[in-house]
Amino acid sequence: MSISDDEVRAMAKLARLAIEESDIPIYAEQVSHILELVGQMNDVDTTDVEPMAHPQDLVARLRPDRVTESDNRDAFQRNAPRTEDGLYLVPQVIE
Amino acid sequence: MNWETVIGLEVHAQLSTDSKIFSGASTAFGAEPNSQACAVDLGLPGALPVVNIRAVEMAVKFGLAVNGRIASHSIFARKNYFYPDLPKGYQISQYEDPIVSGGVLPIDFDGGITDIQLTRAHLEEDAGKSAHGNVLGATGIDLNRAGTALLEIVSEPVMRSAKEAVAYLRELHQLVQYLKICDGNMEEGSFRCDANVSVRLKGDTEFGTRTEIKNLNSFRFVERAIDFEVERQIDVLTEGGSITQETRLYDTEAGETRSMRGKEDAHDYRYFPDPDLLPVHVAPEFIEDLSVQLPELPRAKRQRFVTDYELSQDDASLLTGSAETAAYFEACLAAEAVDPKALSNWIVGELFAALNEAGLKIEYCPIKPTDFSVLIERISDGTISGKMAKEVFQAMWDGEGNADEVIDARGLEQISDSAAIEAAVDEVIAENSDQVAQFRAGKEKVLGFLVGQVMKKTKGQANPKVANELMKKQLGDGE
Amino acid sequence: MSDQFPSSVAQLAAGLRDGEYSSVELTKAYLTRISEHDDALNSFITVCDESALAQARAADAAIAAGAANNLCGVPYANKDIFCTSDVRTSCGSKMLDNFIAPYDAGVVERLNAAGMVMLGKTNMDEFAMGSSNETSFYGRTCNPWDLSRVPGGSSGGSAAAVAASLAPIATGTDTGGSIRQPAAFCGISGLKPTYGRVSRYGMIAFASSLDQGGPMGRTAEDLALLMNVIAGFDERDSTSLEMPDEDFGRLLNKPIENARIGVPSEYFGPDLDAEIGALLERAIAEFEKLGATICEVSLPNSQLAIPAYYVIALAECSSNLSRYDGIRFGHQCENAVDLTDLYERSRAEGFGEEVKRRILVGTYALSSGYYDAYYRKAQQIRRLIKQDFVNAFDDVDFLIGPTTPDVAFTAGCHSSDPVTMYLSDIYTTAVNLAGLPALSIPAGQVSGLPVGLQLIGNYFSEAAMLGLADRYQKNSSWHLSHPSEICAGGPS
Repeated sequence: MSISDDEVRAMAKLARLAIEESDIPIYAEQVSHILELVGQMNDVDTTDVEPMAHPQDLVARLRPDRVTESDNRDAFQRNAPRTEDGLYLVPQVIE
Repeated sequence: MNWETVIGLEVHAQLSTDSKIFSGASTAFGAEPNSQACAVDLGLPGALPVVNIRAVEMAVKFGLAVNGRIASHSIFARKNYFYPDLPKGYQISQYEDPIVSGGVLPIDFDGGITDIQLTRAHLEEDAGKSAHGNVLGATGIDLNRAGTALLEIVSEPVMRSAKEAVAYLRELHQLVQYLKICDGNMEEGSFRCDANVSVRLKGDTEFGTRTEIKNLNSFRFVERAIDFEVERQIDVLTEGGSITQETRLYDTEAGETRSMRGKEDAHDYRYFPDPDLLPVHVAPEFIEDLSVQLPELPRAKRQRFVTDYELSQDDASLLTGSAETAAYFEACLAAEAVDPKALSNWIVGELFAALNEAGLKIEYCPIKPTDFSVLIERISDGTISGKMAKEVFQAMWDGEGNADEVIDARGLEQISDSAAIEAAVDEVIAENSDQVAQFRAGKEKVLGFLVGQVMKKTKGQANPKVANELMKKQLGDGE
Repeated sequence: MSDQFPSSVAQLAAGLRDGEYSSVELTKAYLTRISEHDDALNSFITVCDESALAQARAADAAIAAGAANNLCGVPYANKDIFCTSDVRTSCGSKMLDNFIAPYDAGVVERLNAAGMVMLGKTNMDEFAMGSSNETSFYGRTCNPWDLSRVPGGSSGGSAAAVAASLAPIATGTDTGGSIRQPAAFCGISGLKPTYGRVSRYGMIAFASSLDQGGPMGRTAEDLALLMNVIAGFDERDSTSLEMPDEDFGRLLNKPIENARIGVPSEYFGPDLDAEIGALLERAIAEFEKLGATICEVSLPNSQLAIPAYYVIALAECSSNLSRYDGIRFGHQCENAVDLTDLYERSRAEGFGEEVKRRILVGTYALSSGYYDAYYRKAQQIRRLIKQDFVNAFDDVDFLIGPTTPDVAFTAGCHSSDPVTMYLSDIYTTAVNLAGLPALSIPAGQVSGLPVGLQLIGNYFSEAAMLGLADRYQKNSSWHLSHPSEICAGGPS
């Protein structure tokens, strides 16, 4: 299983990763290697095997509907690169 | 050519939980920006979601109300995409195993009942909001809304006109409020609608290419936006063009839908089960407990009002418009055995007008149902006339006391005592010989004038019916 | 830590309680040792001199007041993946180089409540993605047994620090072997608990359904002591197991006669270094001598663990790492021209090569048209692998085998093809897929480099596994070996 340069570009776009054009073929080769490695999965027939998302067959523990958090904005925003009037700033979004 | 419209609606109802669906942050509307966004809502490293049980209960209640299938195990999945109002880079939603599948919502439409089939209803988290702040070239992000519980209710593409879509939307809007799972406030965005619209030639079995119209926050806009979009699609197709599957925004000022370019680039949401959350198990006992809590639903209540109280469909609809209105009506009846029809007329007329003018919901009505029913009783027992009653109502609204107190204080009690009215009638006959003569000459219309004079003499307190009868009697006697 | 202080946590704690030395003295000694040796090792990203001494003073006061817990005043090293308020939590990434968490991880709360003293935050592969500590933004950590070699990963900083006696014990996390493999490479003991035992709240996620925190120390007894501190229910983590607290040391110093130990034939195939194989045979014989029953078992789907693991781990990580967008915290690029630019460059600059590679693969495995072939298929294989273990545990109580196919490799040897490094996880990933507990303890040396023995237990069998490991360690001395070049001339 190998992946083309265009597929690498498409994945990079989906994952919002800027990749230098010169690095694209390198990623394509390395990603292809990984896909070859995992391609061994196709050797086994898994028809009728229920997919398993969690290590244990448990169900969710539900939380009571209570407000437990108070305003901690100042502490949270100390890590933020750009804020103004309590808002996180991003380059203008045009809708 | 003969076109047919095909509409399916996706409704996002914000659930009325106190805290968010996956965190303990408050959901109260209108707080300072980001003051209600906790570590989980902000997607801080290491923060983890935990499901709010009330959100699950509310979804199950909805499923029961529409006769949907409640999944014993439903799965939260991640919908992956980047947007500044989506802090984690994914929205926690449900995909393959939603909590409610199927279901039906019957609506009154076009003189009959139409069953609107539902596809599913699933739980998910709301996103934050963009706000254009004071910094040039920048957009501010407020994540207070991020993580608010939503129930997304998806209908099948079964509606064939904008009006039908609105009828469905109104019915749904009423239902979620009856269930007390959503406050229905469309202005604040608690109940939002996206419409999938396509057209096809009548008789075609395949659907046409659809567009999705977003941001429809009033019934009026839903209808206008769909009508506009249908016309637009027909125009495009008639001119030999084709419809692009896309998301469109309804511009309320221009009254048109516009393509949302830029948000279109190749969405691939890469849904997969959220590994931070285990399946939500809804046990039969859990469903049973909730089903006994279900209130009487709008349709059933409407039918009961028609049957039990002999009201018209229209009156029953108005009185059951909200559970609170219906409760008010029935509380009045429980207090006094008044005529339901007369009571209904008064609620739908005077009371609604006053509430409307004051901008009040009926649950905040200054007149208690027990007092209101006494007012109606005083009309039917003849203590006051209907006209007087309006004055009494106003005084009660203004807090001057209950009906009897107002009638007493203002001396509004009707005179039904024949002797007292007879005296006035005799006086009027004596003072208006010309008119009496006219009446006797066959000009019956004059009677009204004469009775009016009696009312004037009694300062309006004479029972008009009694006055009328006595006047006729006296005039007849004189013949 | 040679002369003045004993090396095991159990002994250190006893000395503190008996007043033989204070926590401040102990902490200073370790801090000194870190300052002397960590330039060579690079096992710490952040050393917390001041806060450590403050914690030590508080611990001494608590001990004096008689209000101290068992491990009060004992220093430890904390993997830089656990969020700590006031101390930067980098996760080994440039992305979080400036990140100070506004809260403590559940594990850190427990360590603080126990009165333990955090010496610093240890180096690790970026976002725990690696098996060598070479992907750290802060430079590679060296293996104290041979500085040209890697300490393993991703908890390589913790392993190296404990092995070199820069800390008596440390925390780690294990997604596909990240506690056990570095423990094996550095000649220490490490336990990956049953999934759900240790809270993931505030533990920065790599792959949520696989990640599990655990202790790394010299002896099984020390692991049990630290487990007693860090394990336990946390309502903020939906996957946290709601079980009563237990004493993980309750089966130490107990006979093991009834233990039935299975040897999976698949773990002794051609991938395994022959000398390691021979050492393990001797260790297995030792367990038999101690009274355990040994038999061969089969885990037929073992060879599928690596493929399934990498698909699941990378798919989960591709989504888990989407929150690093440069907006609310973390690295933000300069002069973004628009939103897309902000995202793409902040992430490209903030993440290293291995992380980007894994995000790309994970994105691909979940993308439209490939989900069934990769992600779904991997989840099905995951069930087959779990079933292998369930079947094996019908017949035996524990499984025994190698932790790694080889000893610590030379730094840079996998750089031409990063995929070859993935194969060093062949014996460890299956356990994470199944959510089982497993530990690695030293069982010999090949060419002067430590070899790890892996014990895998059934769900919730940590105490029994630690008992078994303790029995072995009471009858062997591999866990007492120290790397000579670093350890020589310890604090006095």
